[in-house]
Order: sequence, then structure tokens, then C-alpha cells
Amino acid sequence: MATQRVRIRRSTPPFNPSEAPEEPEELLEITLRVNGTEHDLEVPGRRLLSDALRHDLGLTGTHVGCEHGVCGACTVLVDGRPSRSCLMFAATAQGHEITTVEGLARPDGTLGPVQQAFVECHGLQCGFCTPGFLTTITAYLEENPDPTQEEAREAIAGNLCRCTGYQNIVRSVCRAAELRREGEQQ
Amino acid sequence: MKPAPFVYHAPRELEEALGLLAEHGHEGKVLAGGQSLVPVLNMRLAAPAHLVDINRLPGLDRVEVTDDAVRVGALVRHADLLAHEGAAAAQPLLRQALRHVAHPVIRNRGTVVGSLAHADPSGELPAILAITDGSVQLRSRGGERTLSCQEFFVGPMECAVEPEELAVVAVFGRFPAGTRTAFTETARRHGDYAVAGTALALRVEDGRATLARVSYVSVTEVPAVLDLVPTLEGHDLGTPGAAADRALQDALADAVAAFVEPGDDIHASADYRRHLAVVQTTRLLAELLGSTAATTEEN
Amino acid sequence: MSTRSVGDRVQRKEDPRLVSGQGHYLDDLSQHALAAAFVRSPHAHARITDIDVSGALDVQGVVAVWTWEDLDQTHEAAGQPLPMLIPHPSITAPFTAYALAKETVHHVGEAVAMVVATDRYLAEDAAQRVRVEYEVLPAVVGVETARAAEHLVHEGAPGNVGAYFEQELGEPGPRIDAAPHVLELDLDIQRSASMPLEGKGVAARWDPELRMLRMHSSTQTATGLRAAVAAKLGLSLSQVEVIVPDVGGGFGVKINHPWPEEICVAAAALRMQTEIKWVEDRREHFISSAHERQMLQHVRVGFDDDGVILGMEADVWHDHGAYLPYGVIVPLNTVTHIPGPYRLKNFRVSFTSLYTTTVIVTPYRGAGRPQAAFLMERTMDAIAAELGLDRTAVRSANFIQPQEFPWDIGMLLQDGRLGIYDSGDFPASLDKLKALIGWEEFEAYREQARAEGRQVGIGLGCYVEGTGAGPYEGAHIEVETSGRINVATGLTTQGQGHQTVFAQIVADELGVPLDDVHVTTGDTRAMAYSVGTWGSRGAVMSGNAMLLTARKLKERALRIAADALEANPDDLEIVDGIISVRGAPEATIPLRTVAVLANPLRYAFDESAKAATQFGGKADETKPPIPEEDRPGLEETQFFSPVRTTFANGMHAAIVETDPQTAEITVLRYAVVHDCGPMLNPMIVEGQVYGGVAQGIGGALYEKMEYDADGQLLNASFMDFLMPFSTEVPHIETDHLETPSPLNPLGIKGAGEAGTIPVAAAIASAISDAEGFAVTRMPISPSDLWHLRASRRTDRTDRTDRTDQTDQTEES
Repeated sequence: MATQRVRIRRSTPPFNPSEAPEEPEELLEITLRVNGTEHDLEVPGRRLLSDALRHDLGLTGTHVGCEHGVCGACTVLVDGRPSRSCLMFAATAQGHEITTVEGLARPDGTLGPVQQAFVECHGLQCGFCTPGFLTTITAYLEENPDPTQEEAREAIAGNLCRCTGYQNIVRSVCRAAELRREGEQQ
Repeated sequence: MKPAPFVYHAPRELEEALGLLAEHGHEGKVLAGGQSLVPVLNMRLAAPAHLVDINRLPGLDRVEVTDDAVRVGALVRHADLLAHEGAAAAQPLLRQALRHVAHPVIRNRGTVVGSLAHADPSGELPAILAITDGSVQLRSRGGERTLSCQEFFVGPMECAVEPEELAVVAVFGRFPAGTRTAFTETARRHGDYAVAGTALALRVEDGRATLARVSYVSVTEVPAVLDLVPTLEGHDLGTPGAAADRALQDALADAVAAFVEPGDDIHASADYRRHLAVVQTTRLLAELLGSTAATTEEN
Repeated sequence: MSTRSVGDRVQRKEDPRLVSGQGHYLDDLSQHALAAAFVRSPHAHARITDIDVSGALDVQGVVAVWTWEDLDQTHEAAGQPLPMLIPHPSITAPFTAYALAKETVHHVGEAVAMVVATDRYLAEDAAQRVRVEYEVLPAVVGVETARAAEHLVHEGAPGNVGAYFEQELGEPGPRIDAAPHVLELDLDIQRSASMPLEGKGVAARWDPELRMLRMHSSTQTATGLRAAVAAKLGLSLSQVEVIVPDVGGGFGVKINHPWPEEICVAAAALRMQTEIKWVEDRREHFISSAHERQMLQHVRVGFDDDGVILGMEADVWHDHGAYLPYGVIVPLNTVTHIPGPYRLKNFRVSFTSLYTTTVIVTPYRGAGRPQAAFLMERTMDAIAAELGLDRTAVRSANFIQPQEFPWDIGMLLQDGRLGIYDSGDFPASLDKLKALIGWEEFEAYREQARAEGRQVGIGLGCYVEGTGAGPYEGAHIEVETSGRINVATGLTTQGQGHQTVFAQIVADELGVPLDDVHVTTGDTRAMAYSVGTWGSRGAVMSGNAMLLTARKLKERALRIAADALEANPDDLEIVDGIISVRGAPEATIPLRTVAVLANPLRYAFDESAKAATQFGGKADETKPPIPEEDRPGLEETQFFSPVRTTFANGMHAAIVETDPQTAEITVLRYAVVHDCGPMLNPMIVEGQVYGGVAQGIGGALYEKMEYDADGQLLNASFMDFLMPFSTEVPHIETDHLETPSPLNPLGIKGAGEAGTIPVAAAIASAISDAEGFAVTRMPISPSDLWHLRASRRTDRTDRTDRTDQTDQTEES
């Protein structure tokens, strides 16, 4: 994981009397476009996109599982591309189209094909990692609308799930592809 | 795990960015893809006072294929370069190695130049910069300089970019026509950083290797190239099964084992890593001697 | 018309909400609460000499910084050590932590101070400015160091021993000594952890007007936490409510309670009369939640020419970390599960549970049983290797036979009750497994692979698991006048699909549509009596409580309906929520109307209520509106309390490939035969098995907490603690045997932990088979395997040298 390597020598943050502000932090005025809606907000530069989505915009469907970019629970689409929202600052996300799990339903409000497939195939148990899988798979199927089981397994390999053993998520990917095709035919 | 406070800068022009780096570079960091930097910030293993976000700078997202190089701008994401057909044709090792860089989601944000600047010995791209005899272009308000791979990588996790400088372009060299390349790595999990990885470039003419370069991931402190031409000298590489020759394999093993300098960590011992480097090199050589795939195009 | 849904692959009621981002996990709640962050010890063992919080108090947005004294001032009990939750006679030195360290820290990550601020970023800023002076003391890491006891973790625990337990059945020593064959084995299992994707978390709000503390926690026991917090803070039980929202996985780590942070946050909310939330981050989870699995084991076994065990002795040394809040459940489960599916009449077992200066150990899915399966199954393989017998033949020779149930293993289980196997058919399970994996065909496959230069191996692992332990769980069911059916049980849920399976049971028994049934779990307001979710007990305990309650409710509904329909209750049935007289389809009354009739009213709040008011219909003037010994409302509560644990069982097989050069290990196939009795929802049972196996694969090949000698955890991140991704988990093939349990009305046995238990054993068996030597330590990495091969070669060379190169037959 070449770009994703952190050498951790210690597992507790060091004593550091110099970092904390005794003055209120400067706030940036930013506009985030999420699921087609523009939101104006004021955040410090260090505000992570994941926290801005969850706590400033109340879009709590995006979950935070590790805050170091490995687990994938916080994956959202940035201009259609899956990205870790815990590794992006809200300020950086300005000017991009963000899609979260809340934006994956069909226009009529019913479940989107990937969501529907997860329900049908028992692709989730506790549901915590699920939003990250849903966004990742939604983008993947745009690129590869008819994956084999093996490709489906590969496609979800960057997200951790501790409940399902992935087997039913692999099935869900293939089923979602079917549902998408059925949807196109209608 | 929330980052310590910093002053966030989002310059829109290169000159503005260079000005900010001149002013704050010594207590600041450059943010491009952030896939290595932000975890470090979140864990408070680093707490820069300033962060210069270069994602809005124009013109740095280009991949350019020239007669002798593939030039990659500072905002080119791994995924972009991986998908770039021209780059893959001109220097196949790029695609061969990029497939092993983390997972697709990380590749969507992470930048090629950022990976180089991170100077991680377990990074794939530093090894590719080395084997292709590449270089990195740096800009600062004072001007521009180009560092060769040897100059660029100073030590593990340490590169020669000065605080006021910005790495703007990575230049990966191309091989002469007829060169075959291959890349492999062994990781604990699919997508993890390599326990050991090997890149090989080989050009055989009339049964003799006229180019045989190998570089490694995770088993050398800084990216370095082993020239295998002397090792392969005297072995007829034109015959089928040449790679299975015991004497050749022994010579190769000796050369590789003497070259690499792996360390122990929780995932693998130094001896195992050294062994892997030997096995990978041997296997890649066999693969290239037996294959016609991944041959570089005519320039 | 209604059809029975129990036994069907019913889609989960939870899912539409969860896939839409509409779940409510702990951190989704209390968005405006103050945020807590903790200052944690950077040392494994140290005396605190000074804490200076002044720097932290200067940070903008900081509201409070707490140390132990603040807990002590809140209430005397809050300043006392946390409870020893499960006392056991074997515990000789019961040490538990203070919620905030008082004088000494005993592991890296132990909470020393708490910062409360307006948001988590600021709380972390301030936490970094709390200056703690430590006098560093010697660390004690690993079983061997603890056992050597050169340094003590706690002065009051001589030899670092927290508990010692020994039990003997029959006369193992003499039987082993007299046996034709005797083997001794040393085995080693390393630490892993539950590692749910959502960490722990708690939000507490003190309502000064109602004088009530409302807590949300991702705990596995709402009632347990409620009682503990009330006791610690000096509140009456009626002043504390605990509500468990959606929980992002538990796997055991959330059953320990109260966690220090739960006490600190609740105490501060009470003192500051406000709402405070703490959400554990991943680094905190690694260094301050619990781990499990680490054990050294020694086995001595005597057996005959057929591999039948004549006597066996097993001694295990368990690393339980810095404190022992959850008692000795883990090693106790290990020793009581060693017999597995085998006749073991002459058996001595002991455990020594040791203190180390590392994170505490509490149950993680399987809870000591994977270690038991590893011990017994490695022993079975060793016997087979010694005798040159097929590994399945040795197991068959030792199996308890179906006609021998109930089978008394002769030991008390973790619930303090007799371990008596209630049902199962081990020979049938093994036959299914051999068919599923193709055991008999494997040698041909091995030859074919060898011809291709590949090295493969097959292995298996069997286990028996005590599930569904008591003491009890309950269910409350009420029918609203709208026809909506509210169901509550006290145990909590972390993704097991309880809201679906409990609804299935209730819908079937009452004869109502599944969609009408709404299940609440883990809310002390809805059900104040409960034990918790652990030990594969949810379906067995609450499921049976659901059945009993629904039966009782149905009886009552039919009695009321019989009055209204002027029929005999025995002639009535409920189909699709409509009560009718069998054979007279025109005489019907909806269940919702019965709910109206069950509650005589003075006031008509809506149209349906009118019928229940005093002038709503004719009344029997000779009787009171509510009959004697009856009560208003169509609701019932019943509890299920089993006489003892029911035993599920299963057998796994794996086929692995090991690279002859790189020693990389690939699981090519994985097969599971599982017997949890009749399956309420096979889709969910299989899901539990798949997930369990994936965690087992993690424990066998990837996951290991790496402590250095100073007690620093070197891999406290998902980058270096290697949980399997999809690419590391094989496709899992399953088959089922359904032998019902006689111990409960549904006849079911637990399924939650099963997938995890024998995986390390099965993988070790398969790798050993591929390599030709026994693997005795898990997890095993390619680097480990490569070194094992090298040491085997060295050993052989040495031996060959010694024997003048005459003995070259072994391993050839």
C-alpha cells in the first residue's frame, strides 16, 4: 500500500503544549455540493470531509471506522469517483460533486439497484461498513456493468467488513449488476 | 483522531503556491492527494502549522508522453496514470506497478508525485522512478531544478525537496525498443504495501542481455538499481528454458542477495524478504525470457 | 393468507433503513452534546507522580478536565475500582481498573484523564496539553514473561497469577502411562480482537428537571450497564435509562461493562448537568478496548492403536492482560470445550490465567473455544500422524455416538451449570463434510497438483459449542388497536438480524403479517429485565421467550375473541391478523379489534376506541369490566429460562496451497457443516457462518497484536493489524444438519460464534498436510512458514549427521 503507509511508532498522541489554539480557530466559508444540493458552511481548515458531512450537514449515513483511510466505511463519491472522506478536508472538497449513501436512491425515492441487491442478498449485517460498500460498488458498476464473481470480489477489496465474510457482498455486486440491466431495459 | 489545527491555504496559481511555500514551507506541508499525509495528521504524528493545498493549481494534472519519457504532473492521480494508454505503451512498468498501489479508492486520490515525495522504501513508484532512470522537477520562487532519482531519494521516508520547493513533474524514462518489463510483489494482504517487490527490465539481443535492470520495493533503503548485465553475461538467454539453468539461477541469487538490504519488521523477517527478492527476480526473468508480452513500443 | 416464515430465507426488516443511510448509530445521535476525549497512558506500567491540567484548561472550548479525584468527588463508588463482573472460585487475585487511573497505570492506553470540550477536535487539542509525569515500572508482556514473574503487574498477584483452575475426570495419569502410545504437544495462539467497524461509544444526558440519566451506548448489555452505572453513581435504578441504538458490530468486546469511559461520561454529565458524548476512535479501540485468544498450551495424551484416546492432560496458560473485569470466562470456556465431540472419560485440565501489562482480555467471538478446538484438533492430527491413520478415522474412533446423548462431559460450564450435550450426530456431520469437501478424492487432486509443481493440503477441525446459556431473557408483546404489534426484548443487537427473526417467530405464532411486527431490542424502558447478547444466545434465549409470550398472548386474544364471537376458543384460529371460527368463515374479528375490547375505556380517542367505551356495546352487568385476575390491554410478558446450555456443533474443512518457494498460503476451498438445530432463517444462519469463518481466517493467517517487550502495541492501526479484505476470504461452502435440541420449545441451538471456532485448527491441519510437518502456532504468516521450513531442514540435517546418514525415511 505504497501511498497509504504510515509508520507508527507510538499508539498514543504525544504531549504537546504548543498545538492547541487558545484563540478561536479561523473559520473558512465554504460551499459543499452534496447529492445535488449546495450547502454553505463555516468550518476550520482541518475539518475532515467525513465530519462536515456527518456533523455539519447531518448526513450521518457516511460512517467513520478508522480515520486513517483503510476501512472504507467513509467512502463517498467525489465527482463520481470513490474517495475516503476521512482523508479529505471539507475545504478541499469545495467545487466538487459529492455523493453519499443518502444520494443513492432512485429519483422516485425507492432503493437504488445496489441498495436493493444488498437487501436481497443479505449483503449486510450490522450495516456500519455498508454505506462505503454501496458508494464504491455504485461507481464500479458504472465502469464494469457486468462483472464476474471474481471481478466483484476484487472490486470490493478496498473496504473492510467485519460481519459478513464478504460472500454475500460479492453476490450483491452481481445482483446489483442484474438489477441495473433490468432497470435499463424497462 | 482529529488533526491538530493548521492554517489552510488553497492557492489558485503556481506562483501563489510557491510564495506560500517560501513563507511557510519550513513549518508547513503540501497537500496533494493526502492519502499518506492525512492519516499522519489525523494521528497527530505530524502537526504542521500551515497546509498548502495544491489541488486547485492549474496545469499540474497532465500526463505527457515524449520520445524519451513519460512526464507526470503533480496532480495526476494514480488512477489517471494507470488508465493512460499512452503512458502504458511508452513505459509498461508504470501500469504494471500501479496495479499494486493500494486499492482503487486510494488510487483515485493519491498522486504519483506525492508517492515519490513520500519516499517510502515500500512504495512501488520510487522503484519505478529508479529503474527508468527518472527524475523529478522541483519549482520554487527562486527557480527550477531537476533532481535525478539518486539525488531525489535521500533516505527512507526522506527526499531532497526543500521546504520552499514544490515537486511539479515526475519524469519516468523509457527503455529502448524491444525491452521487456515485468513487476511483481508479495504483500500480506492484497493491496497492502509489499513485503518485497521487484521490477525488471530486460532486453535480449542474439541471446545476450543488452539491458537488464532490476529495482526493488521494501528491500532497499532507497530505490536503487541493480544492473544484471554482468550477471547474465555468458549465459545463452536465447534458448528455451534458459531461466531454468541452475548456474544462472545461482549467479542471480548471489547478485540479488548481495544487493538488497532488507530489515525485519512485524510482517516479515529480513532473511525472508531477501529470499523473496531472489525468488521474484528469478521468476520475473523466467517470465520475460518466455514471454513476448509487455514489450515497449518503438519510440 | 399467512404462511409460516420461520425456516424461510426472509429478507431482513432492518435493511431498507440501513442501506439508505438512515441507521442511527451512537455517533449519529446527540449531535450537539459536549465531546469527551481521553488522555491515555503512553507507558505499559508506570506510577503517576503528577498530573498538570492547567495547559488544557486554557484551550478555547474546553469545559472540564477530569482526573480520578473528580470521579471520587462525584460519588464514592465512582472512585472505586470497576466491578469484578463474573466472580469465580478460581480467581485468586481479582484486580480491576479505576475508571481513571488512580496511582498506577498497567497498560498503554489506560485512561488517565478526561477532557470535555465543545467539540472533539478541541477536546483532542486539550488532551495533548495535559502533562502527566510518570515513574516508569517494568513491563510484563507475554505468557512466558508473566509466568517467569521476574516483575509483578500487581503486587497482590504473586507469580502474576490471577486465577488457577484444575479439574480431573477419571484417572488420566495412570491411563496415559499405561497407553500403547503417548504424545506431548506444545501449542501457541496469539492475540487478536473483536475489532468491530464501529468502536465503542456512549452519550449521557442528565435531565435536571426529571432527575434522570439517559444513556445511549453501543453496549451488548443495556440492563447490565444500567445497573452498573446506577451503582457507581449512587443513583436509583429508576433514575437511569439505557438505550442501545444501531450498533456497528460487537463480537464480544462490547459485553464488558461498564467501560471506564461509560462511567466517566455519565459521571461528568451528572455533575455538569449536561449532555456529553464520547466516541471511541480506532487508535483508542486498539489500545484500550479488549483483545483475546493468547494462550500457551501443553497436552499429554495416551491412545491405542486405533487412535482412541485413553487418557489426556491439558494445561493452558492464558494471558488476560492488565485487569480481570470479566473474570475467567475465556480460559474457562477453553478448558470446558476441549472435549469437543469426543469421548473423554479420563481427563485432567488446568488453566493458569496471568496478568500482563497489556490491554485487558474479554470474550471475542468464540470466547476461548477456538483455543480449545485448536488444542483438541491439533492433538487428533498428531495422533493420526503418529499412527499413520487418516485424520477423519481417528476422529470417528473417538466420536460420541448419537445414541449416547445426553452426554455428560463432567464439567461445570461458564454459567455454573452442568455441561451435558443435548443433541447432535457427529458421524453424520463428518460424512456430510467429507462429501462436501471431497475428502476421499483429495489424494488424486494432490497428485495432479504435484505434477503441476503445486503443493496443496487438506485439513479439518471439529468442535462442540455450548450456546444459549441462561439465566434468562424475556419478551413483551403488545397489540395496538391499529393492529401494529410491538415486541420488545432486553438483549441488544449488533447486526444479527434479531428484528427479523424475532418478528418471524411472533408473526408465525400469532398468525399475523410479518410487516405488522416491530421489534425493539436493548432499551431498558421497553424491557428492564435482560442479561445481554453474548455466547450465541440471542435466538435461543429471546427467540424462545418470543414464542412463549406469543403463545400466551394468542391464548388471551382467542379468549376475548371467543366471548365476542360467542364461540369456543378452541375453535378459533388467527390467519393474517383475522380471528375466525374454523369452518365458519363469516364469523370473524380482527386482532386489532380484540385489542380494543381488551382495554375497557371511558374515553373514545378515535373511532376504534368507541367500541371499548362504556356505551360502546352490551355489557354483562354481573361482572366487572375487567375480569378478576385479568388486566387491561392485549399484551403479555414471558421469560425463557433454560435448565442448562444447549450444544451446537460443526465441522470445517479447508484445502490450502502453499507456495514451495515464497511460502505464501492460499485457502483454495473452505467447507462448513453446521448443526444449530432447526434454522429460523437459513439466510441469516449462513451469514453468521460466513462472517465467523472470515474472522477465523483472520486469526489463522493475518491478525496478531504485536506488542514489543516494553508493552507498546506496534500495530495499532488497520494498516498493520491485518483484518482480511474480500480478497483474503475464500468462497465458503456450507451444509447443515438440523438435530433439534430437547431443551427449548423451538428446538434451536446458537449460531453466532460457530463459524469462528475451528478455523485456526482446520487451516493449521491443512498447512501441516501440505508441508509434511505439524504447525503448532497461530496465526502463521508466509515469513513464519518459510522459517519453519528452514528450521525443519536444519533439524533434519542435524539428525541425519548424528545418525550417520542412515535415517532418511522421515518426511520423505
